[in-house]
Amino acid sequence: MKKFLALVLTVVMAASLAACGNSGTKETQAPASGDSETAAESTAAESTGETAEKVGEGVDVKDLKVGFIFIGDENEGYTAAHYAGAKGMQEALGLSDDQIIIKWNIPEDETCYDAAVDLADQGCNIVFANSFGHESYILQAAAEFPDVQFCHATGYQAAGSGLANMHNYFTSIYESRYVSGVVAGMKLNEMIADGKITEDTAKVGYVGAYPYAEVISGFTSFFLGVRSQCPSATMEVKYTNSWASFDLEKECAESLIADKCVLISQHADTTGAPTACQAAGVPCVGYNISMIETAPDAALTSASINWEPYYEYATKSVIDGTAIDTDWCKGFAEGADKLTDLNDKVVAEGTAEKVKEVEDAIIDGSLHVFDTSTFTVNGKELTDADSEYISDGYFHESEKASAPAFDFIIDGITAVTQ
Amino acid sequence: MFKDSSLHIAARDSIVWWKAWLIRLIAVLLSLIVCAIVIFGLTKMNPVEVYKGIFSGAVGTSRRAWVTIRDTMVLLLIAIGLTPAFKMKFWNIGAEGQILVGGAATAALMIYAGDSLPTPVLMILMFVASMAAGVIWGVIPAIFKAYFNTNETLFTLMLNYVAMQIVTFCIVYWENPAGSNTVGIINSATRAGWLPELGGLTYGWNVVIVLVFTIGMYIYMKYSKQGYEVAVVGESQDTARYARINVKRTIIRTMGISGGICGIAGFLLVSGASHTISTSTAGGRGFTAIIVAWLSKFNAFVMILVSFFLVFMGKGAIQIASQFNLNENASDVITGIILFFILGSEFFIRYRIAFTKAHK
Repeated sequence: MKKFLALVLTVVMAASLAACGNSGTKETQAPASGDSETAAESTAAESTGETAEKVGEGVDVKDLKVGFIFIGDENEGYTAAHYAGAKGMQEALGLSDDQIIIKWNIPEDETCYDAAVDLADQGCNIVFANSFGHESYILQAAAEFPDVQFCHATGYQAAGSGLANMHNYFTSIYESRYVSGVVAGMKLNEMIADGKITEDTAKVGYVGAYPYAEVISGFTSFFLGVRSQCPSATMEVKYTNSWASFDLEKECAESLIADKCVLISQHADTTGAPTACQAAGVPCVGYNISMIETAPDAALTSASINWEPYYEYATKSVIDGTAIDTDWCKGFAEGADKLTDLNDKVVAEGTAEKVKEVEDAIIDGSLHVFDTSTFTVNGKELTDADSEYISDGYFHESEKASAPAFDFIIDGITAVTQ
Repeated sequence: MFKDSSLHIAARDSIVWWKAWLIRLIAVLLSLIVCAIVIFGLTKMNPVEVYKGIFSGAVGTSRRAWVTIRDTMVLLLIAIGLTPAFKMKFWNIGAEGQILVGGAATAALMIYAGDSLPTPVLMILMFVASMAAGVIWGVIPAIFKAYFNTNETLFTLMLNYVAMQIVTFCIVYWENPAGSNTVGIINSATRAGWLPELGGLTYGWNVVIVLVFTIGMYIYMKYSKQGYEVAVVGESQDTARYARINVKRTIIRTMGISGGICGIAGFLLVSGASHTISTSTAGGRGFTAIIVAWLSKFNAFVMILVSFFLVFMGKGAIQIASQFNLNENASDVITGIILFFILGSEFFIRYRIAFTKAHK
């Protein structure tokens, strides 16, 4: 009898929970439909392509709430860079701490959707998500909350989604990778001059995460930077199939070093590769954060992204009521990417001056990273016919969509795909 | 005074139910006090605010409450699935794999048949297919156990990795968009194969399906002949043979049930929650469910409370991480302390401690 009672109580409890939940859901949906006018307005504005146009009332700075969905936490370089950008934006716009809501360690599954709609429920006017795999969940949330702006880093589906409140952003990281390649190339030249290696053994190793366009574009720009200084250089790429795994990255770097690579770079988020390089005495170029602390005798510099300009731009747009670019991608000129400090102990002489020169050339447009006359694919130079991105003698990386698109494996690079 | 008295621990003959629950309640309160001291000691934060944060993160809004209910239901269903196997002392630690193959079968139907079949037919088909996949994954180690007396712990564990590889293999064909190495949200435009709402509740079906299984399992284990056979085989296979119970058949049948229910949990995860499949779809739930089942001593209704508690704390963790910048591990510490006290309270339910005068 007692057990029967327990059963009945449980069912009643479940039923009452269900009832509460039902009425609550309706409540939260009400404001969304009330604001549909604003949403429709912004759709119209977006489709005309005029980005600075007023699309709504804007939001008072005091009422603004900004949400962030991060794949990791501060212990992981990629998210740490995003967090630094968020902090910078908060300071620049004078937002208080409780106006910024951050969801840490959100994996690339339905938890991301839960987090996104929860942020919208909490009254966020704009929500940022920072990992590639978050995109489909952000799209789902964006369709549900048309009056909240959703911005997704590294993705590419916003333009095709038909949602006015869905945006993609990235930075022209290939520019800073190219410059970091220049630093590496000068190091190779120094090693050749010192007789440590010969021109024919100048082989660079690259620890890649996944065989995606983002990674391919990254290592190609790095390699082009290397070869602009050291024309005989070749490169071997290995993938870890993970964005952040200290052990895999360390092992990968070790196997590249065993394959006679004399310099290592990476597109993966941990300090695994620099750790291996420090132990083996092989110079390396990092990613996201300065690796000098990890590898004081090996790290040259790191290619890194500064997310603050975007966070400031997008949040400011919400305050002003102007439309946010569907695809946003800026580089050196706007301070959206940069090299971390050069390690004077390791870099070749004259590196700082050369870096300045190349950066200036990129900013003033006299140097194009993906200049088609500087590389070949299967022995042939790429032409306009090979990609819609190619015209005027160079590949217009990140100009049509914010996510990197260059996915050719150029001659001189050996990429080991599984 | 104390010289003459000593501490006595004696087994209780029986305890009235309200006393047992009173002891448990005191244990929970004590654990909250200890947690408060730990929180204050480590972070100098107001513990009450942190508790409020956990509470609001888990059930603070109706949406959060429903997410908590949804995840509770899945965890509960897996624990329910594990129950008969563990009751039989068949250490099925392969729930992860059974969930994954069930989920993969569901995803396959969503992808290949999503547009061509009417929703009810598709739902039933996915339900059956996920169960069948789980049954196969459960029966394989059972057959080896029954006929060759292989070690089921290793066997079921290894099958988890086989299931993961199968999912990885499927992702190669199903990846969307190409090159992303993920399946993405399946049928995001048409919502074909998504578990429909029930009476306006997004996760209504999840609750109904799981509660039906919960009650069904309770009745099956307690009142059916097969349930009794499971208990006997678990206690002693010799006794079972003496009672003319077909041990081999019982092992295989029970693991079929266990795997089948876990497969259905995969269906709920894919069709009823994430609408995608990846190697992390099971996400360790198959192991957490073992804790749920043991903590509840295989009582189906206590399992509801335990799964709810664990999911509640997990959801609260995300909130306190975001609200107070406390690392998510902080919530694990709190969960650990509370569980420690609850488990410890069982000692006081089973034994009574008395200061008695020693006899000279």
